[in-house]
Amino acid sequence: MAGFEIITNNLPVLTVVLPLMAGFLTPIVGLIDRRLPWYWVMLATFVILLITSSNLVTVIATGTIHYHLGGWNPPFGIEYVIDLLNGFVCLIIAFIGFMVSIYSKESVKKEVPGKTTQFYTVFMLLITGLMGITITGDIFNFYVFLEISSLTAYSLISMGDRGDALVASFNYLIMGTVAASFILLGIGYLYAVTGTLNMADMHRLIPNIYESKVVLAALAFFMVGFSIKVGLFPLHAWLPDAYTHAPSTGSALIAGLMTKVGVYAMIRFMFSVFTPVFVIDMTRMTEILSWAAALAIIMGSVFAIAQSDIKRMLAYSSISQIGYILLGVGLANVIGMQGGLLHILNHALMKCALFLVAGAIFYRTGIRNLYQFQGLGRKMPVTTTVFLIAGLSMIGVPGTVGFTSKWYLALGSIDAGQWLFVVIILVSSLLNLAYFWRVFDNIWFGHPHEIEHLQRDEAPLSMLVPMVILAALCVFFGLFAYYPVHYVLEPLSEALLGIGAMP
Amino acid sequence: MVTEIHSIIPLLAVLVSMIASVLILASGRYPNLREGWTFAAAAIKFGLVISILPLILDGKIVTYTVIEMLPDLPIAFKVDAFGILFAITSSFLWILVSSYSVGYMRSLNEHAQTRYYFCFAIALSSAVGIAFSANLITLFLFYELLTISTYPLVAHIETPEAISSGRKYLTYLMIAGVALLFSILVVYHETGTTEFAFGGIAGMDVFSKTALAVLFITFMIGCAKAAFMPLHAWLPAAMIAPTPVSALLHAVAVVKAGVFTAVRIILYVFGVDLMRESGLWLYMAYFVSITIILASIYALMQDNLKKRLAYSTVSQLSYILLGAVLITPHGITGGMLHIPYHAFMKITLFMCAGALIVTAKKENISDMNGIGRQMPITMLAFTVGALGMIGMPPAGGYVTKWFLLLGAAEMHSMILIAVLLVSAVLNAAYFFPVVYVAFFKKPDHELAYKEAPLTMLVPIVVTAILSIVIGIWPDAPGMFLDIVNIAVANVTGGI
Repeated sequence: MAGFEIITNNLPVLTVVLPLMAGFLTPIVGLIDRRLPWYWVMLATFVILLITSSNLVTVIATGTIHYHLGGWNPPFGIEYVIDLLNGFVCLIIAFIGFMVSIYSKESVKKEVPGKTTQFYTVFMLLITGLMGITITGDIFNFYVFLEISSLTAYSLISMGDRGDALVASFNYLIMGTVAASFILLGIGYLYAVTGTLNMADMHRLIPNIYESKVVLAALAFFMVGFSIKVGLFPLHAWLPDAYTHAPSTGSALIAGLMTKVGVYAMIRFMFSVFTPVFVIDMTRMTEILSWAAALAIIMGSVFAIAQSDIKRMLAYSSISQIGYILLGVGLANVIGMQGGLLHILNHALMKCALFLVAGAIFYRTGIRNLYQFQGLGRKMPVTTTVFLIAGLSMIGVPGTVGFTSKWYLALGSIDAGQWLFVVIILVSSLLNLAYFWRVFDNIWFGHPHEIEHLQRDEAPLSMLVPMVILAALCVFFGLFAYYPVHYVLEPLSEALLGIGAMP
Repeated sequence: MVTEIHSIIPLLAVLVSMIASVLILASGRYPNLREGWTFAAAAIKFGLVISILPLILDGKIVTYTVIEMLPDLPIAFKVDAFGILFAITSSFLWILVSSYSVGYMRSLNEHAQTRYYFCFAIALSSAVGIAFSANLITLFLFYELLTISTYPLVAHIETPEAISSGRKYLTYLMIAGVALLFSILVVYHETGTTEFAFGGIAGMDVFSKTALAVLFITFMIGCAKAAFMPLHAWLPAAMIAPTPVSALLHAVAVVKAGVFTAVRIILYVFGVDLMRESGLWLYMAYFVSITIILASIYALMQDNLKKRLAYSTVSQLSYILLGAVLITPHGITGGMLHIPYHAFMKITLFMCAGALIVTAKKENISDMNGIGRQMPITMLAFTVGALGMIGMPPAGGYVTKWFLLLGAAEMHSMILIAVLLVSAVLNAAYFFPVVYVAFFKKPDHELAYKEAPLTMLVPIVVTAILSIVIGIWPDAPGMFLDIVNIAVANVTGGI
């Protein structure tokens, strides 16, 4: 029983330690048998999923979890804090990680032949980095994990298409390093004026020094740094190439999670390192953010319409969707914030499903040009149905997840009196319609006779299962959004905006 | 206070064709089994809808909350007299059109029939879902589902022309969906609810006069499925679809979903009082009058029979809207009653047009000289439908036209009375030539008697006979007029 208690008491830190250990053990597992890393990673991500679920349930039931690393009390030691915000984001990371790891088996074998062990090692370390960023309550520890996740992402991308992937990865490396430098500078500035690295401590001290130009500069550095990290238009230049040329599995993971964690960090810094008063009323940072996000929503969709490579189209669509999330955050009212946060979950589900489908189609046919998709509806009925459901979600058809977040975002915009944003959100769903319907038409219509002879040639089961689960969840959370909203997002949004206390 | 009864039947009535659609997909390789599912679902659906009818005639309403989609935003059904009117119409006609579809699709040996029946079943679920929606959000859910599920039907033949027509259809209706969503958001933000109420949603008077007018306009743009001008262009374009689709969807389910939604919004969101006080009724009445006249003139110019029928539909749909905005009991009766009446008559006409395509391979009126000798039963049915459209007894059209005229007279509007009369003349002007060409012109060469297959002919005859029955005995107990009377009493507050 004692052993069991040790585990339950240390669940918060296990969310980071477990993937880290699993990552380092992967090469050894791979040495025993080249097929084993897949099972190993799947097992590890599944255990992480259980741990993060348990964490979130604990937070909902009993309130914020504080965990002091090595027993050192903050502000001297490193503190891990799990509240509703990162409990929610951690669960998304773990879930998407688990889905992608199931999917990865065949795809990795085909796209990164001979390097599966390395791939899975990096995969686990990326999860470690993302978990660490999310869970830590210490600002410098945050930076360490940020670097872990960035470096692993660079190497994951570089394993993709020969040549192009290296360039894409290098581009990302440059941009990512610039971003990281901004963030590091910001951390340095804050440390200089507050003398602490603990986020909660900073949050307490900053109201005394609102007037300080150093604090203002730090905020600006953070915002620029994170904007690059999340690919906020016009700082998005690295993103389309990186998403397009990464191996399919990597694209799904990075597109589903990387930018979400960036958004998480942005929210965390704005509202619980700085204060709502400072970012909303004093510096008006949220207002600036909402306009930038509105621009991103439109430009991302417009660029997406121009693409013929399915993965590149999805990448531009991501730029637009990140705009949704940040618009919700920037509206700085409870309804808009709920919409933004809900869209973190929703977009992770939809976009991950879409990238997995793109990967499955590429695996079977080697085609990425969406104008060559004719007959796929007959050839890969399940895969294309998943694409249909996730695509309709992106358009925001009611009954799918895309609708619920669109509803809250538009309602939040009305609440803020920003009618232009309402129009942008609604018009953007028409733009999404334009670029997704083109793909639907290519898959199902236009060549009734040429495709009669096509045989069914569906993706392997290990790919189908996670795709179908994600598509099912797109519908499930579209109809039952009550649960995440009521239990997590409502109290969370109020807490972030300083209206209610974090439970 | 109206008694509410909780019952799962509305949900079952919606779901039955959804379930059927899955079965249809699964049994694509066995055509007879596949069509069996369609017939079974159609019969069960109609049975379920009819089983609610006695309660409604008793003055009760039936409610069912499915799920709480978001806090304060339930997906729920509420069956009232107006809802069941549309549900009965669409679910009953589905049975007939299913039979007709089988004949039509097999005669022409169409491709992708499984997709066709699959989408048809989903479209029917959506139509009944719209009829039973308790609030705007549920209605919107099914409204969008209807748009998406009918796209494959419009683009069915997959030629570039069909796909571009499909795109046009989709563009119009999705833009409409966005406008509708916008309006729903505004209503929800200001009143905190989207649930339909007999006297209109309480709290709609918070809007200033201008805001109310803008909201009304965005709502009406949202109802582009009702095909009033200038948002009608999708309907003639959608005529590229196979004829059963034109018949059931573009004469009954889709366009009626549009007018149904519009009437729901006018009477159950805005409410009779608000429409009168704000003066919106008069603007809307003039606005739809333009459509009534213009569309008839467009119809005159069409040689393609299906296109002519499409413009006739555009014109007739605006009758329904006109009736609703007349906001007198008689006007509303005329408008609501025209939903099933127009459905029966127009579906007869469309099915006749389809029979001509299948049997005589003729689409243009100018080629139809003497076709009445080859297909006497079909053309007789066509004549019945045409009489109904014009508003001549014995077919049902004159009943609704009478109520509409009464309504217009009660609102002391000579202009609207004139519009209705002129439109009747125009209807005669574009329908009689067809009848004349078919029966009295000499055929170019000798035509032998040859009717469409029985699966097609029987539905045509049934709807033609019913069009006459509802004309000569409109006040039969439990028939449409009874239902409409309850609905009118609900919205005007007089019971």
